[in-house]
Order: sequence, then C-alpha cells, then structure tokens
Amino acid sequence: MRNALTMGILLGVLCAVVGSYMIVQQMGMMGDMIAHSVMAGLPVAVYLRLPLSLGALVAGVVSAVVLAGIESQSRLKVDSVMALILASFLAIGTTLVTILPGANRIDVIHILFGNILGVNRSDLMLTFSITLIILIGVWLFYKELLFYTFDPIGAQAGGMQVRWYYLGIVTAISLTVVASLQTVGVLLVIAMLVAPGMTAYLLVKELHQMMILGSCLGAFASVVGMYLSYYLDIPSGSAIVLVAFGLFLLAFLFSPTQGVLTQRRWKL
Amino acid sequence: MLLVQNLSVSYRSFTALNDVNCTFDAGELVGIFGPNGSGKSTLIKAMLGLIRSARGTVLLKGKPLIHQLSQVAYVPQRSQIDWDYPVTVWNVAMMSRTLETGLFRRPSRQSRERVKAALERVGMYEYRDRSISDLSGGQQQRVFLARALAKEAKLLLLDEPFAAVDRKTESIMFEIFSELKAQSKILLVISHDLSETLGHYDRMLLLNKRVIAQGSRHEVMTKDNLLAAYDAPVWSIAA
Repeated sequence: MRNALTMGILLGVLCAVVGSYMIVQQMGMMGDMIAHSVMAGLPVAVYLRLPLSLGALVAGVVSAVVLAGIESQSRLKVDSVMALILASFLAIGTTLVTILPGANRIDVIHILFGNILGVNRSDLMLTFSITLIILIGVWLFYKELLFYTFDPIGAQAGGMQVRWYYLGIVTAISLTVVASLQTVGVLLVIAMLVAPGMTAYLLVKELHQMMILGSCLGAFASVVGMYLSYYLDIPSGSAIVLVAFGLFLLAFLFSPTQGVLTQRRWKL
Repeated sequence: MLLVQNLSVSYRSFTALNDVNCTFDAGELVGIFGPNGSGKSTLIKAMLGLIRSARGTVLLKGKPLIHQLSQVAYVPQRSQIDWDYPVTVWNVAMMSRTLETGLFRRPSRQSRERVKAALERVGMYEYRDRSISDLSGGQQQRVFLARALAKEAKLLLLDEPFAAVDRKTESIMFEIFSELKAQSKILLVISHDLSETLGHYDRMLLLNKRVIAQGSRHEVMTKDNLLAAYDAPVWSIAA
C-alpha cells in the first residue's frame, strides 16, 4: 500500500504538470491518442526483448510525429487525423500481440485498466525518474514553453525552433502515459492528464499556478481514490478518476471567479 | 532596406501568392491592403519563413531575413491567439525577451526595464498583474504592441492590429508608429480599414494573390486598382 500511495502522489504531480500544457494548447485529445497508440509498441518490445516502457514510449512519440506529418501535408483537420491514428495504432498493437512470438504474454486487460495496488519497487523507480526528468525539463524551459504554447506562430516568427518544443511536449506526454500504465491504464490515463489541470484552470490565472494546484489536486485524487478502491472494493483506476472528476465538478460549480453557480450570469 | 523578390506561395494546386516584388525603406510605415484571402497574412508569414512552400528571396540589409529573426517583431492576427490562456499581461510582454535571455537563464534587469517601459508606453503597466483574458480587445492589442516594442526590433510586422480595437487604442498605435518611424524602423501593417486612417501610411501595397499596385495613397487607391483587387465598385468597398 505504501508503494501504491507514493505512486499515486507521483502520478498526481506528473499528470497535472504535463496535462496543463495539453489543456492550454487545446491538445487534450492528443493525450488520448498517445495513450492508445502506446499499445502498438508493447508487442514489439516483448518480441525484441526490450523493456515494455521503451516500446510504449517510442510508439507514443511516433504517433504524434505521424499526426504532425499528416496535418502539415494535407487539408485534413487534426481531430479526424487523431481519431484515425488512435484506432490504427491500437489495431496494430492488438494485431501484433497475436502475430509476434511471445507477445501474447502481454496482459491486455491490465494495460487497459491498470492496477495501482500491484505496483512494485521498479515501477516506482521508473515513475520517480520520469517525474524528476519532466519537472527539471519544465523548470529549465518554462519561459520558452510558455511562449510556444501561448503563441506558437509568434514564437516561430521570433526565431524559436518550435519543432523541438513540440517534440518535447509529445515526448513528455508519452513518458507520462508510460508511467501511468501500471496505475490507471491506457483507457483512463487521459482523465488523470486533464482533470486536475482543468480543475485548477478554473481557479487560478497563471500557468505555473495551474501546475502547482493541479499537482496537489491530482495527488489528492490519487490518495483518496486508492482508499475508496480499498474500502469499497472497486477498481483503483476508476476510483481515482472519479475523485478527480468530482473535484472538477466542484470547481465548475463553485469557482469564485468562473463557477457556474457563483457567477450569477443567468439572472432570472 | 527590406527587399522581397519573386515571392510565391502555392498549396498543392492553389496559388496563394504569385511573384511578389517590393521594397521597404527604413523609417517607412507601409499599409498592406486587399480582400479576405488575398494573401496579406500569407505574404508576412512567407517573408518570415513560416510557410514551407514559399519560393523567392527576402533580404533585410542584404542578408536573408530568416537568418535575422531576432530583428523582427511580429504581432499575429487576433484569431491565432487563445485569449483564455492563463497568463498575465507582464508575462505576455516578457515573451519578447525570451530569445534574448537565452536558455536556462532568467530575464536580466535591463530586459525587465525594457518591458516595463514598453507597457508604460502603451498605457498598460498598471494592468501588468491582470490576466490577459480580463482585458478588452483594444487592451489586448496594446499588450501585444508592447511585446513588439520591448523586442526593439528593426522590422515590425503587424497582422490586422486594428481588429476589435477602440479609438483610443488606434490613436495610441498610430502615435507609436510615428515614433518608430523616427527611429528608422520598418513597419508593415495589414489592415482592412479603408477610411480616414489611410492618411497615416507612407506607402501602400494592394494585394490580391499578386501585387495589384504599390506606392503612395493616390497612386494605389484608384478606381481601377480597387476594382482589380476587390472585384467590386469603390463605393461598396468604402461602405
């Protein structure tokens, strides 16, 4: 349980920081696309006897690069391209699981839904390392990422190499998905990525505040969700996501500046 | 001097801009006019190397402009910005100093003073801690103008800076443009406003996928040129 609690807190922080960038860039669905796309890398990793996390990371980044490539070379809109890539990479993954020798050892249900109570020490070390790397990266490149995510064309016009920042953000999303597979799984990780950041977005006015408050909310949702999972005997991933959604609803209704019930926009 | 030679942009079979040739001198305020879809924004983006399919040459003082982007301040169209982004006025203006400051460093005192002076010049310093989403359209445009000023660039490119602005902001902008001209800056401004503000521009460029006319107001704003650019009678454009 101690491992699970530490994991939950780490993921709460990691998902909120990375998710904040996704929210302000209106890239929420990209997180979902990457989360599903990592499935394509898992059987390949098993076949090549590489760590699963490496296969997942490469597949996640490749899906985002394919997205950028198709979007820039055609008139297609980004949402439909994401839908196609999400389904295609998932299809590649499930096909390879049955074709590649040894790949059928992958527990697909576990990857899809996760189980935070089964976390071991090496999972914890991997998540800790990913969280540390991303936090240091955000701290070092904060002003560049702020400019790029707020005004990408202005940043490019000013001479910034925006391609590298795009790659950096999609790599961070992929790493976060890799770290979250064990806990909430591919299907629910998107909620952990966006829910704490969205809640914080309704309460603060600056990106760094959104990340800090989102981290606290994410860690809180993880811990409370785990206890609910234990005492009510419900799946841990679902419990964590439902707590995060509950916090969002509270902010949506009662945020002092943007709450639906506190703004009195619709006077009778 | 800024020189644009044989600049063309095409997307697959569609030609967005065809063989544009023009020069812009230091201390000049040039207005770029034309109907929607005439290639005004495309021209500026192609000059800055933001469009891959662009062909042609753009030189600032004899050297390729894309190698001197630190000399360029660009104000994008309003529609390209998410005005609900959680960022304060101060941090938006501070973005102008990002490249100057360099990686892994905090902005210098000199940078902070430049940003402060720029915000004061546009009358937005007292709003520095406000969220950009809390401002009116005119105030938001002034913050972007401050961001451009704080960069202290030689070339300023402004894509429809007068969209959604109030009279006060418009007159502050033209005042500032006059000061920048006096400092020998080159200013290119995309505008839709064919009213009395035309008198502020030293020269004009009338576009519709190609250069219809360029020169002084009287040379450019003729019946024939406007008909060629807008494909409509003059009275209906002015209205």
